[in-house]
Order: sequence, then structure tokens, then C-alpha cells
Amino acid sequence: MRTQTSALRSKDLLGIEPLSPEEITLILDTAEGFKEVSERPVKKVPALRGQLVINLFMEASTRTRVSFEIAEKRLSADTLSFSASGSAVEKGETLIDTAQNLMAMAPDMIVIRHKHPGAPKMLADRLPASIINAGDGAHEHPTQALLDAFTIREKLGRLQGVNVSIIGDISHSRVVRSNIHLLTKMKANVTLAGPPSLMPAEVERMGVRVVNSLNEAIDGADVIMMLRVQLERQGKLSFPSLREYYNTFGLTPERLRRAKEGVIVMHPGPMNRGVEIASDVADGPYSVILEQVTNGVAVRMAVLYLLGGAHMAE
Amino acid sequence: MTMNILIRNGRVVDPSRGIDAKLDVLIEDGVVSKIDKKLTSSAEVLDASGFIVAPGFIDLHTHLREPGHEHKETIATGTRAAVAGGYTAVCAMANTMPPNDERAVTEMMIAEAARNGACRVYPIGAVSKGLKGEALAEIADLRAAGCVGVSDDGKPVYNAQLMRRALEYCSMLGIPVIAHEEDANLVEGGVMHEGYYSTLLGMGGMPAASEETMVARDVILARVTNAHLHIAHLSTAGAVDAVRNARAQGVKVTCEVTPHHIALGDDAVQSFSTYLKMNPPLRSTEHREAIIDAIADGTIDAIATDHAPHHFDEKNVEFDLAPFGIIGLETAFAVCYDRLVREKVIDLSRLIDLMSCGPARVFNLGGGTLAAGSFGDVTLLDLETPFQVTNTFRSKASNSPFVGETLHGRVVSTVVGGVVKYDLRETAGATPEPKSRKRKR
Repeated sequence: MRTQTSALRSKDLLGIEPLSPEEITLILDTAEGFKEVSERPVKKVPALRGQLVINLFMEASTRTRVSFEIAEKRLSADTLSFSASGSAVEKGETLIDTAQNLMAMAPDMIVIRHKHPGAPKMLADRLPASIINAGDGAHEHPTQALLDAFTIREKLGRLQGVNVSIIGDISHSRVVRSNIHLLTKMKANVTLAGPPSLMPAEVERMGVRVVNSLNEAIDGADVIMMLRVQLERQGKLSFPSLREYYNTFGLTPERLRRAKEGVIVMHPGPMNRGVEIASDVADGPYSVILEQVTNGVAVRMAVLYLLGGAHMAE
Repeated sequence: MTMNILIRNGRVVDPSRGIDAKLDVLIEDGVVSKIDKKLTSSAEVLDASGFIVAPGFIDLHTHLREPGHEHKETIATGTRAAVAGGYTAVCAMANTMPPNDERAVTEMMIAEAARNGACRVYPIGAVSKGLKGEALAEIADLRAAGCVGVSDDGKPVYNAQLMRRALEYCSMLGIPVIAHEEDANLVEGGVMHEGYYSTLLGMGGMPAASEETMVARDVILARVTNAHLHIAHLSTAGAVDAVRNARAQGVKVTCEVTPHHIALGDDAVQSFSTYLKMNPPLRSTEHREAIIDAIADGTIDAIATDHAPHHFDEKNVEFDLAPFGIIGLETAFAVCYDRLVREKVIDLSRLIDLMSCGPARVFNLGGGTLAAGSFGDVTLLDLETPFQVTNTFRSKASNSPFVGETLHGRVVSTVVGGVVKYDLRETAGATPEPKSRKRKR
């Protein structure tokens, strides 16, 4: 029998790695309820009324920041967004000092995006507020993996046994790490493909299969998840050119033809059309890319609610 | 100050002469004069009942940070940390500011050590001017001023021709070139060992190959120049193999490992603690086991701390942004005693050899023995009483990953040239200097 859980154990969401399958299920189930809220004429519930959430975005982000802000507003939290540019960070203030100063204004939760791995944990170890990791370097991006899982579950009805192929720059992707943790915990099968020069050391030990070609990754996949190529890496040491990347790992309609019936194509955004994914695929019938974005709000509402609202109500 | 002392009733362990017996040690005028059963003398008595009496430890690899980085450590504080760790001599690395690439800096370090130091200080000179890896420093002049070796430590000597010339030049002077082995291109922004845990944490990896390729190059250069290469902080299985093979061919290569590479693995970095960030990084189990095997089979000549003090503020940042390095002088013996002797990898005599006799041998320093006529440098050790490492270091810094650990093998007393420079029994009751900035979170 499956153990039910009604709360998260930690005050923080630093990654998927520390979560149990039950906690993941709880977040996804909770998000289903919140998705319905987003479809109402009045898209607001009072769950976090009176709570202050600070969005501390020390690295550029559009989608994730907007998604969190919308989620916070729909839960009636007071919100404040803060980015590195135009702040004291540009004057050389350290992350700890920035956070302690913000803490002095008594926020209940801090959502942090930072380019260095472990930055959210630094705050979580030092501050009483709940810390939500909105992406830390190439470490984790837990709400992205949760919204991906939510989307897969919604489309395919389950996570267990689903074959998910993740393709692209595995080394530098926080999305892939969080997805591997989540999908393996939920007993999905994960396959990775990408240039070996962008494949991190001993990644197989995370419980995944690594294949050499895009075709091998497409074969048998229920879900194809394309990762963004960081354009600044082309022509350096990792791969020779965007042209060659597209020819080797770009997802085109022709290549997609070998995929299983009912395959879904995902991308965490922002996309490079014509690099890792052809427009015909991104905008095509198998794509669930915009649904991922919609689901992101519901999943973030669930996380905020479970870390803030739920335990406040108890 | 009298430099006479009688150390009584201890168990003398002196691997340099194969001694392990209950003996008294008499030091007169700063040098060992007699070592025998039941000595009597009018000298001051240091009671060593229940303790080990060992030749004073020698650290081949210490960053004293003076001149230039006195906010991290000074010659005064670093040598106080040294004697608290049982060290009677330290080799001070050249990456100060200005670097120790000319006689004036060497002389300043020696003069300051004589004035305010608590133990012997042997400066290490720079290989290259400004540690820039371009042109040789005035190594003969550095040697004449008192340097016992040369190193651009902190950085590799990247230019193979410069390394070859340095080895050739130093062979004339009878001093080693101490190599920090790291291919910077392979490291490329890495902050921890490249492997499963760097993948898990999404951090830039420092592959073992970055050390191994450079060690391979340098043992070849040592062979063709017939010079003495000393490899600093060796940390990988491949580097161990390269040293073993080179030695078998008669190449003059020696090497050291650090206590933290013995005691800790890269899995520890999952805490994101910047006190686990050092260069070379903590390695994975296979590498750790290889260096421990190399300690047991005699391939490793010395344990050296790579004592690298940093200010609290410098380490209180994101892991990626923190400087490399941890302190080690005050915990080295206990960490190694716990991990190596108590776990029966080696015996006590071999550990003392690695911390005292071996270092003296490889850099051709005085000390490392209690033979009559040698330096009156002695370390007293309590192997029985467990103690907890606390945040009250004599070092100016406290960037140690071992705080909070309970260890065995406490340094009780340190005698340098017949003078007691550290005694736990005198300081035990005293309140350590408050270090408010070192607050625990």
C-alpha cells in the first residue's frame, strides 16, 4: 500500500534529490487542484494572504520569474521581485549579506535563482524563511522537473514505466539533473543523448541510460525532452558549430517520424529554433511546450502552498 | 632563555633510528645531548609519562601568507598554529605578495620568523619571477638566502621548457623543484573533483587527468635532467603509479600527500561547505584508496598539510566563488593517526616517519631525528585521550573541515631547540581568545 503524505518534510525546496516519491506525488496532486483555480474567472485563492514572498533572481530569467510571480499572486501573497542588476549586488554586496538584509524585512519565503550551485542551500542553512530553488547553476531546477512531470502525467496518465529521452547539453543543464532525480524516483526510464563532450562524468550512476545518437534516443521514447543549447558554447571546445549540432542532434519532423505513436515533445525553454529543435516540431502536433508553461504556474502554486500555506493552516 | 630540557618517562619513538622504547631525552644548548634510560640533569624537566616522544614534525607545505596577506595569517600566527600541531619546522610557500622570488623577501621571512616565529621556518622560493611561469627567478640567490626548494605552488609550471630548466638549475644547487601538478586547460573553471559528485552537484570538474598528465610530463623531465622533483599534494591513483614507475627506473622523485586527501572524499562536497574546497580537490574513493595504499607501501615520502588559511569572509560565499584551501597544521597528526594508525593501515612509527623523518630527508633539512647532536626539536603526543576539534585555532583562520570531529592523537607539547613552545597543559585552563567573527550559524 502506498503511504500517503500530507506535508513536505523540509521547510525548503532545494532540489528534487531530497524529496521522497510520496512528496513528489503530493506536490503533483496538489497542483491539479491549483490548475483548476487558474481556469476560473477569478483566478485567486487566499491561501498565502499576509505572507511575504521575495523573488531573488540573481540570474536572468523570464519564464520562471513570471511563473512564480503569477503563482504567488494567485495565492494572494505579497510579492516582491529583485534582480541582481540595479541592486546592491552590483556594488559588491555578498549573497549572504543581501539575504540577511532581506531577511530583516521578515519574508516568509524566498524564491532564488542563482548562477552558482548550492546558493539556495547557503540561504536555507542560515535563514528561517522557506527557500525555494528556482535554479542554481547546473545543479537543480526542481519546479521545472515538477512541471515536466505534471505535464507527462497529464498527457500519458502516469510516470511509472514511461520512457523519457532527454537530448542535448547534459553537462550544463540543471533541468536534466532535477528531471533525472524525479523520473528515476517515480520509476520512469530515462535515456540521455548528446555530444559526448557535453555529457558529464559518470552520469550513468544516476540511474540513466546514455546512448550515442539522436535516433537511438527517439526509438521507443514516450517523451522527448529537448534541452536548450547555450549559443555561447559553439565554436569553442564543446562542439564545433550550431550547424553541425543541428545536423547531429536537432529534432526535425523527419527524425520525429521514427518516434512512437503518441510521443510528446517537451522543451524547458527558452528555445533556439533551428538549433536543437525545428520550428515545425516545436509548433507541431506532438509539442506540449506551451502546456508546460501553463502547468508551471499550477505546480509553483502547489509548492508555495505546501511550504507556506499548508503548514500555516495546521 | 635556557635551551636545556630533560624530557622524562616518555615512550620515545624515533623511526630514524628504529627506536621505540621508554627513554629520557636530554637537550642541552638546543641540541639533543643524550638519550637513555633514567637520565638525571639539572635542566628543567618536562614530564612525558604516558606520552609519545617523537622527533618534531616538519611540514613541507605551509602557506604562512606573510608578506602581503596578513589578514589570513602571519609568520607569528602560522608558526603558533604549527607548534600547536606538533610541528617544529615549516616550509613556507612562495605565493606571498610580493612572492618570494627574490632574496629580500626570503630575508624578510627569515628575520620575521627569528623575531616573532614559534618554530623554524624554511622559505620556499619561487621557480619563476612573479610566479608568472615565464622566466626563472634568481634561484641561486634565493638558495644562498636560505630557501630550501623552489615552487610556483598554487599554479603549475606550465611551460615544459621552463620546468626543465628549473630542474637543471636546481640540480646544481642540490634543492628540489616542488611541483604543483595541474593542467589548467583540463581543469577549466573546475571547483571539485570531476566524477559522479560533480555531475550530481552540477559543479565544474577538476579531472584526475589534469594532475596525472602533468606528473607524467614532470617525471620524464626529472629523468632527463637527473634532478630532484618533489610532487606537492599528490592526490590521484595515476600520479601514484607514475611516481612508483619513475622511482623503479631510478628517477629522483619524491612526493607528499595531505591529511585531507587521506581523510575525506569528494562525496563530502554535497554539503556545499567551502571548507571542502581545495586544490587539488578531494578525490573519489578509488584515488583515496590508491594514495592510502601508497602510504602503506612506502611510495609516499611525507605527509604535508598544504595549510592554506583564508579569512572567514573569503570563505563565506558561494562554493564557486570561494578561494581554494583549508588550514591543516593543528589537526594533521590527529587526523592521520585516526585514519591511518587506528585503522591499522600503518603503525605509529611509520606515521612519525611521514611527518618528521621523511620530510627532513626529502628536503635535506636538519631534524627528523633524536640522534645526539641533532636539533632539540621534540613533539609529545597523547594517543589515548579523545578530544574534539573546536573552532579555537592558533591560526588566524578557522577554515577547517574537521571542526566538531572527535579525534585521537593530541599534541601535548612541542619543544623547539630545547625550548617549550607549546604545552597543552599550560593552555588547557585558559580561555581561548574570543573569535566573534567565527560565529556558528
